[in-house]
Amino acid sequence: MELWNMIMEHGVVSTAAETLRWFLMLIFGSELIVNIIMKGVGIGAILGLISVAAIVFTYGERKVCAFMQVRIGPNRVGGRYGLLQPIADMLKLMSKEDIIPEGCDRVVWALGPMLLFVPTALIYAFFPFDKGMAFADVNVGIFLMLAISSQSVLPFLISGYASNSKYAFIGGMRTVAQMLSYEAPMVFSLLGVVMLSGSMRMCDIVEAQSQQLWFVLMQPIAFVVFVISATAETNRTPFDLVEDEAEIVAGPFAEYSGMRWALFFLAEYANLLSVSILTTVFFLGGWNGPFLPGVVWFGLKVLAMVFVFMWFRWTFPRTRIDQMLAFSWKVLLPLALANVLFTGLGIYARQWF
Amino acid sequence: MDAVFEQVHGLVAWGLAFANEYEAPALIEAGVFFLFAGLALLFACGVIFFRNVVHSALSLTATFICVACLYLSIGADFMGAVQILVYGGAVAVLIVMAIMLTRRDDMAHSNPSRGLFRHAAAAVVAGLFLLGMSAVAILSPFHSAPQSLGDAAPGLADLMLTHYVLPFEVAAVLLLMAMIGALVLAKGADER
Repeated sequence: MELWNMIMEHGVVSTAAETLRWFLMLIFGSELIVNIIMKGVGIGAILGLISVAAIVFTYGERKVCAFMQVRIGPNRVGGRYGLLQPIADMLKLMSKEDIIPEGCDRVVWALGPMLLFVPTALIYAFFPFDKGMAFADVNVGIFLMLAISSQSVLPFLISGYASNSKYAFIGGMRTVAQMLSYEAPMVFSLLGVVMLSGSMRMCDIVEAQSQQLWFVLMQPIAFVVFVISATAETNRTPFDLVEDEAEIVAGPFAEYSGMRWALFFLAEYANLLSVSILTTVFFLGGWNGPFLPGVVWFGLKVLAMVFVFMWFRWTFPRTRIDQMLAFSWKVLLPLALANVLFTGLGIYARQWF
Repeated sequence: MDAVFEQVHGLVAWGLAFANEYEAPALIEAGVFFLFAGLALLFACGVIFFRNVVHSALSLTATFICVACLYLSIGADFMGAVQILVYGGAVAVLIVMAIMLTRRDDMAHSNPSRGLFRHAAAAVVAGLFLLGMSAVAILSPFHSAPQSLGDAAPGLADLMLTHYVLPFEVAAVLLLMAMIGALVLAKGADER
């Protein structure tokens, strides 16, 4: 009962971390050493979370796709639900031949997928998973996170360039056009949230939603703009023009095989998880919720958002590149700016009532 | 079991005392600075010495990011984030795109940094720049210890949107004019 109270008050993850900290303190007896080890544990937990998410989401994506298309989906490996399918996929990828294309820019080509994974994993440090459980709770959290996530544009471009292939190069160019133009409405939609909560610290934003309403109710336009531009940022259908199989083979990934290709895949699913987490943190109240511990609420909301993004992918047809760029600059950006204006007016008007 | 814990505690205490004796925190701080400063210089040299101009551009990006890490390591979170977003993100992509789109021939030997005259000219310019920078560094009264900035973003916003709002807007207009000029140049002025 005492444990339950502690979990309800501080959260499951915090309680587990405190227990581990107490245990390490018993062994090493020095605050500094224990802090260093706890940082290492945190990094390991984040990388583990990303890997597990990639494994679960490959299976989930296939099952959701099958459900949308009235099929059964994976049903051979590991029982009638095909539970071991991701393991089989992984073994297949690892045993594939590593083909290096003729005439490619060797070093840059090999660096591409590795560099892509760095910003993708780095932004997980800023996410508040539970009350007081952000690995790095920085003052300018949102801003630093957006800055780091914008770094994933260049690896796409250089791997498209270094492959020495037309399709890969066109894919790289499309990535730049798409990711840069959807970053603008995404940032402006988050501005409304920052204005309402009065802080750029992630934990403060979740805290502000426990005192006021969830921001999805107070900022519905920002929510819609954010979800659409997040879909584009993760390069998923209906905005997957970067890896458009029907037009440019597989875009920047066309010349990669085996584990190098798997890194792109891992980054894509890590991005899917991180945009779901961001939507949850900024608009769905993060860890707030009655009865259950915070991290459970957080997990449920994140998984619901992941399902929504998969739902988008399997129900909408792919757009054309000019349509989607025009949509970003002529529809989403003005909407986001108008939202900022009206949020400001609302905050100003509220002083008088 | 307690005896084992005793032993470990003793070992840890000895290690910490040893580290303190040699001023490990200050050493680590200096090490981080010199690591990122050295990397920034290394990549900056790469910008000049790479034969392929795309590699030079990527090296420049790495320099930008190392400088951002320096900002972060002295506690200037906001400056670091701006450096990463503007230079590491937008400017780097712009440079790389411009290079890739404008050169049609082979990229392998595209960085023109050969020839004795060019080397000599570069050495003179670099020397003069070094002289000027060191004069500025010696003459300007720096604060000896960096002061904690705390939450810098609200303070900056206050300054920019109240006291310095006019220069801020003028800079924005200047950037807009530069952008329109670039568009005119790219489209060609005679095209009606």
